[in-house]
Amino acid sequence: MINTDSDLGEDERRRYARHFALPELGEAGQQRLKNARVLCIGAGGLGSPLLLYLAAAGVGTIGICDFDTVDESNLQRQVLFTAADTGKGKAVTAAKKLRALNPYIKTIIHREKLSAENALALFESYDLIADGSDNFPTRYLANDAAVLTDKPLVFGAVSRFEGQVSVFNLSNAAGERSPHYRDLFPQPPAPGAVLNCAEAGVLGVLPGIIGSMMASEVIKIVSGIGETLAGKFFMFDAASFTSRTLKIRKNPDVKITELIDYELFCGEKVPEISRAEFAKLQKSGASFRLIDVREKEEYERENMGGELLPLSAFPKILDDLPQGEKYVVHCQSGKRSREAVRMMREAGFAEVESLVGGLSGMK
Amino acid sequence: MKIKITAFGIAKDILQNRETEFETTENATVGEIKAQLIKNYPDFAKLNSLAIAVNEEYADDSDPVKASDEIVIIPPVSGG
Repeated sequence: MINTDSDLGEDERRRYARHFALPELGEAGQQRLKNARVLCIGAGGLGSPLLLYLAAAGVGTIGICDFDTVDESNLQRQVLFTAADTGKGKAVTAAKKLRALNPYIKTIIHREKLSAENALALFESYDLIADGSDNFPTRYLANDAAVLTDKPLVFGAVSRFEGQVSVFNLSNAAGERSPHYRDLFPQPPAPGAVLNCAEAGVLGVLPGIIGSMMASEVIKIVSGIGETLAGKFFMFDAASFTSRTLKIRKNPDVKITELIDYELFCGEKVPEISRAEFAKLQKSGASFRLIDVREKEEYERENMGGELLPLSAFPKILDDLPQGEKYVVHCQSGKRSREAVRMMREAGFAEVESLVGGLSGMK
Repeated sequence: MKIKITAFGIAKDILQNRETEFETTENATVGEIKAQLIKNYPDFAKLNSLAIAVNEEYADDSDPVKASDEIVIIPPVSGG
């Protein structure tokens, strides 16, 4: 429970005078801000305005999760940093700036990559999570971890001229949680189908706009004012000044029970089967098809009884292959088969694994 | 019937337009429109989850669409 008994000193009362002047926020709201613990994932384009405004507003404890260092190409939008910060750790540098801005807050530095191993414990020690990360595996991980730990998640994302904001998994008065990312997008896009900011570019001011909106949602949720974006999804295109606020809903088919391997889920890594697991699969008598993706000459020289589907004939050759079956794909060393599995997954094959070490590894 | 599709992000790139007039069958469902979009623009298949809102409300595949409805395609975006 957030304690609202006021412990705001005279200095803080002067500092937050404009908040005190808002009857909706006032002393009780300011005390709630001070008592709140908010974790920000990513101290980058979105994290910059988000962290600055949360610190300025007097959010009492701010966690900063970022493993990266400041790069010259960040300065076009990451206004938390200056040219002199290039090469320094983002979380440490951000914490220093926030404390300089507001000495009445506490910052906690998490100089680590959010992972399935650390996410749940990390989220448990905060009241609210704000996700300003920059890749799909982290987006899904943050979403699932927020659902599993029962924490509201303020979501923001940007690309080129466009941005999105929403509030996921926030409880209403009846204790029902608002829809989350997976209700909208149960499955991530195929790897490479949606470019990231480094590849696609981003208008520098855009994360400034979207990150500020995220800060506004965090402040509203924590202090208990206004009407949040829970159950709604906001999209904005700065280029044409077009926006939409869409109502979103729960997807009854989506069930999150545990954290998974998000790089695998997002296709950034390929499922593999070890030699020992493969031997076990063969012994089990389970039905599967063994595919050899080497070339014909290699196959004729030596093979392990698989069906020959050379990688050079991919992806056309996949058209005649039924998608519902289980496949183990191998080559000579396990390299070409990884590429083959990646292409098969992209083509829609669900149960397909690459044999680690290939034919050479079986000897 | 003709419907108007408004697209953001990657969906706008795939359709090469913010707004697209789209010819579909009378009383088509959201699911049928998705299937037709994927057929006409195969790049939509790569998004895996095609999120569509009808009249500013996220819609299920079984929801019906009328000619006067506004269809919005919600793109997956990960950048920060």
